[in-house]
Amino acid sequence: MSSESADPKEIWGTSIFDGRQAMKGYALNKMCYSFNSAQNREEFQRDEDAYCRKFGLNAQQRSAVRNRNVLELIEAGGNIYYLAKFAGIFGLTVQDVGAQQTGMSVQEFKAKLVAARE
Amino acid sequence: MATIVGGIATSHIPAIGAAITGRLHQDPYWKPFFDGYPPVHAWLDRVRPDVAIVIYNDHGLNFFLDKMPTFAVGAASTYENADEGWGLKPVPPFPGHPALSWHIIEALVASEFDLTTCQEMQVDHGFAVPMSLLWPDRTEWPVRSVPIAVNTVQHPLPSPSRCYKFGKALGKAIEAFPENIKVVLVGTGGLSHQLEGRRAGFINKQFDLMCMDKIVDDPAALTRYSIRELVELAGSQGPELVHWLMMRGALTGHVKRLHSNYHIPISNTGAGLLLLENAA
Repeated sequence: MSSESADPKEIWGTSIFDGRQAMKGYALNKMCYSFNSAQNREEFQRDEDAYCRKFGLNAQQRSAVRNRNVLELIEAGGNIYYLAKFAGIFGLTVQDVGAQQTGMSVQEFKAKLVAARE
Repeated sequence: MATIVGGIATSHIPAIGAAITGRLHQDPYWKPFFDGYPPVHAWLDRVRPDVAIVIYNDHGLNFFLDKMPTFAVGAASTYENADEGWGLKPVPPFPGHPALSWHIIEALVASEFDLTTCQEMQVDHGFAVPMSLLWPDRTEWPVRSVPIAVNTVQHPLPSPSRCYKFGKALGKAIEAFPENIKVVLVGTGGLSHQLEGRRAGFINKQFDLMCMDKIVDDPAALTRYSIRELVELAGSQGPELVHWLMMRGALTGHVKRLHSNYHIPISNTGAGLLLLENAA
C-alpha cells in the first residue's frame, strides 16, 4: 500500500474533488449550496438566467446547468453533494443521477446496483 | 467517571430518512436493511446510554467550501436539522452536552488534534439518519449528543491512520470526563459507494465485508490504506470508512461484536451495520 502523497494515477470514471476542482467550481457549488433554501430554489426556477448571473457562473458552468448534465457539471468543478441539491429541484434522486452519468436507464442502473450482491 | 458502553457503525444515506418517514420498513426493498436494527434497539434499551457521540461528514448543510474544517466538534446545547434541498423532512432538534463537548475539545487539542469548535452547528442527514435509525421514535431524543464532523468532501481528506488515532484520543478523553455518564460512539456512513462520474454505482462487496471483519479484531490493518486507495477500492464516497475507524479507535483494544448486518443495495450503497462492546 502506498503513502498518501503523490500517485497521480487516475481512477477510471472518477473525479477527485480536490483544491483544483474546488477553485474551478466555486461559483457553481455556491449557487447549489444556496438551494438548501426553498425560497432560493423558487427564485432559480422563476428566472434561471438571472440566478446564475447572480452567482457569477462561467460559460461552461452555465451551459452545464442549462443542459442538466451531471458529467458536464462535474467537469465544470461541481461537487456531487452540492449538485444533489440542484438535482433535487427537478425531483431527481441519486439513482436518476447515476443512470444519467453511466448512460443507462434508471431501471438498468438499479439492476446494476442489485447485481453488486453477487 | 464516564463509561464508553460501546460503538455502533451504521449507514447514513438520506433515502433511509425518507423510508422511515414513509414507514417502508416492511417493503421488500427495505426489509433486509431495517431488519438489521431491532437487536441494536434491544441493546440500547438495555444499556441506556446518556450521550451519543456521532461521527459523520456534513454534505453541505452547515459547512460550505468557503470554510471547510478537517475535524469540527459541536459545542452547542442544541443541534438543528434542516432542509437540505431535496425533500428530506427535518427531524426535531437534538439536545447537546456542552460540558462534555468542551472537555473533549480540550483533551483533543492537548493531544495535538487541532479542531474547529462550533457553538452553532446544523446537523444534516449524516447525523440525523443514524440517530433516527437508533432511536426511531423521533419525537423526543432519549440521549444527548456531541456531533463530530469530518471533512470527507473536499480532498485532501484526513487519512485513515490519522482518524484512527483521533478516535483513540477521543476514547481517552471521554473516559476522563468526571461525570458518571454512559457514552455510545456512532461511526456513520459507508460502506462502498460512488455517486459521481462514469463509475457511479460502483459497490465492492468483498472489500466491504473485509472492512466489517477487520475493524473488529484488526482495525490497524485498515489504517494502512491511503484515501486514494479507499476511493479506488470503495468508490468516491468510500473514504467515509474513516468515521467507522474513529468510532473503533475510541473503544478498547479488544471488542466483542454483538451484531452485524450488511445489505446491497440501499440507494447506491453497500449498507453496513455493526454493534461492538468493549471486551471485559
